[in-house]
Amino acid sequence: MDLSIEDVKKISALARIEIEQQDIDGYVRDLGGILGLVDQLNSAETDEVTPMAHPMDQVQRLRVDQVTEQDQRELFQSQAPQVEAGLYLVPKVIE
Amino acid sequence: MHDKTIAEISAGLQGRKFSSVEVTRAFLARISQFNEELNCFITVTEGEAIADARAADERIAHGTAGPLTGIPIGHKDIFCTRSIKTSCGSKMLDNFYSPYDATVVSRLQDSGMVMLGKLNMDEFAMGSSNETSYYGPVRNPWDLTAVPGGSSGGSAAAVAARLVPVSTGTDTGGSIRQPASFCGITGIKPTYGRVSRYGMIAFASSLDQGGPLSRTAEDAAMLLQAMAGFDPRDSTSVDHPVPDYRASLDDGVEGLTIGVPSEFFDQDLDSEIAALLETTIAEYQRQGANVKEVSLPNVGFSVPVYYVVAPAECSSNLSRFDGVRFGHRCEDPDDLLDLYTRSRGEGFGAEVKRRILMGTYALSAGYYDAYYLRAQKVRRLISQDFHNAFEQVDVLVAPTAPSVAFGIGEKTSDPVEMYLSDIFTIAVNLAGIPALSMPVGFVDGKPVGMQLIGNFFSEGRLLNVAHRYQGVTDWHLRCPNGFE
Repeated sequence: MDLSIEDVKKISALARIEIEQQDIDGYVRDLGGILGLVDQLNSAETDEVTPMAHPMDQVQRLRVDQVTEQDQRELFQSQAPQVEAGLYLVPKVIE
Repeated sequence: MHDKTIAEISAGLQGRKFSSVEVTRAFLARISQFNEELNCFITVTEGEAIADARAADERIAHGTAGPLTGIPIGHKDIFCTRSIKTSCGSKMLDNFYSPYDATVVSRLQDSGMVMLGKLNMDEFAMGSSNETSYYGPVRNPWDLTAVPGGSSGGSAAAVAARLVPVSTGTDTGGSIRQPASFCGITGIKPTYGRVSRYGMIAFASSLDQGGPLSRTAEDAAMLLQAMAGFDPRDSTSVDHPVPDYRASLDDGVEGLTIGVPSEFFDQDLDSEIAALLETTIAEYQRQGANVKEVSLPNVGFSVPVYYVVAPAECSSNLSRFDGVRFGHRCEDPDDLLDLYTRSRGEGFGAEVKRRILMGTYALSAGYYDAYYLRAQKVRRLISQDFHNAFEQVDVLVAPTAPSVAFGIGEKTSDPVEMYLSDIFTIAVNLAGIPALSMPVGFVDGKPVGMQLIGNFFSEGRLLNVAHRYQGVTDWHLRCPNGFE
């Protein structure tokens, strides 16, 4: 299956990744190649097969509802690009 | 010193023949001599290493040391290390100093191992040649114009060149085994859930698994012993006892049934690689093993299944890199959307972007059934093929890679061609079972690896079977020219 330039622009918007104009043709070509590889799956016989989500079909382990983590806000925020008064700063969202 | 296995270093430390500080300094000297040429390390932690070695020497003096105390190691830069740069091979995390240690790192630290630094890798472990790293390619010590394999390329090349005695790696589609094959060393991908993924930066969560890279199966057994085990911090960790891997190394292979999957040994397999594998199988027969041909009829779908499942999971996992809480942020964003899209556009390299876009597409409205759901169904078929095979045989053998190490730049123009270099390793990750790669000879002066594949939690058996081969061969001890 081939993708169009518009498809790639739409996918990159969904993925929140800016793609430079001059790179779009390359992504159209490369993603088309990967989809060509993936299209081989159409020849597999998958009726009546249960999808496999986990190699050992384990279910989610539950834990006791107890607080186990300490507050490490300052340590974590030391890695942030911009913080103020314990809050992460981003450009204004609501005017 | 640098040519010793960790079993030998351990014996020397316990016997007070040398100190951990001496061992550590010897390997740090190797790193300063060769790293510029090979580019194995992203970060060298010399100061911390010497301090840890001093502490290890005290433990040895006080009689509180374990078998790994005082032995140097390098960690793939995908494992979080507290206060030490953890880049995952990406510009996105070039400024990231993890606030905590991965469970693998803390377990090995607790065992007294001495970390020498963080090893180069394909960006976010996406690659088969170490060429997608933001920090540049790693060179293969057997041929400096060739790739070391990937994504754990720095981990494999550093062990092969004797810059570290052992290292950690991770394997999502072959990223421990294929570089081990290309660099002439031993590497094992354990059963999914055997080694904690806590603090191991996620790529494809249903496939990712950490494991050791070493020269010998015995060293892999010693390292896996300390890495494996239940971790409540990883919700997919399996609570299953860890056997004594070293204790079973010498068990005989008489009566062992080795399965040879016909799909892996068809006419497309390189004839020189096929000949080396046949010689290896014959050695096991000489030691009393039986050989049986088996079929894995759906294994040919592995690469297409993987390139739906892995990108889908990666697009979800990598959504956390948004320029807000940590990692790269673009300059002067106009608004929140601009902050997200430019930070991610600038922070990720081309291969990572390709996989995020592929995964986003596969999971987008209207395409889920055609791609992700279908791939998960075929994944079940592949997994069942292995289960059927293990009803007839104890272990399977397979090539690790379709070729020896290829040239730097040779496969970078076509992603699909690069993906096919993992054609023999990917099925194992899809099934969640363990597999080991060990060196079995050379073609054109470059190492060839063979896989031993086992059923769930059969790591001890795989290490044992590899050890029995290494007891009568010396491929795993060969040292690349210039690194003796």
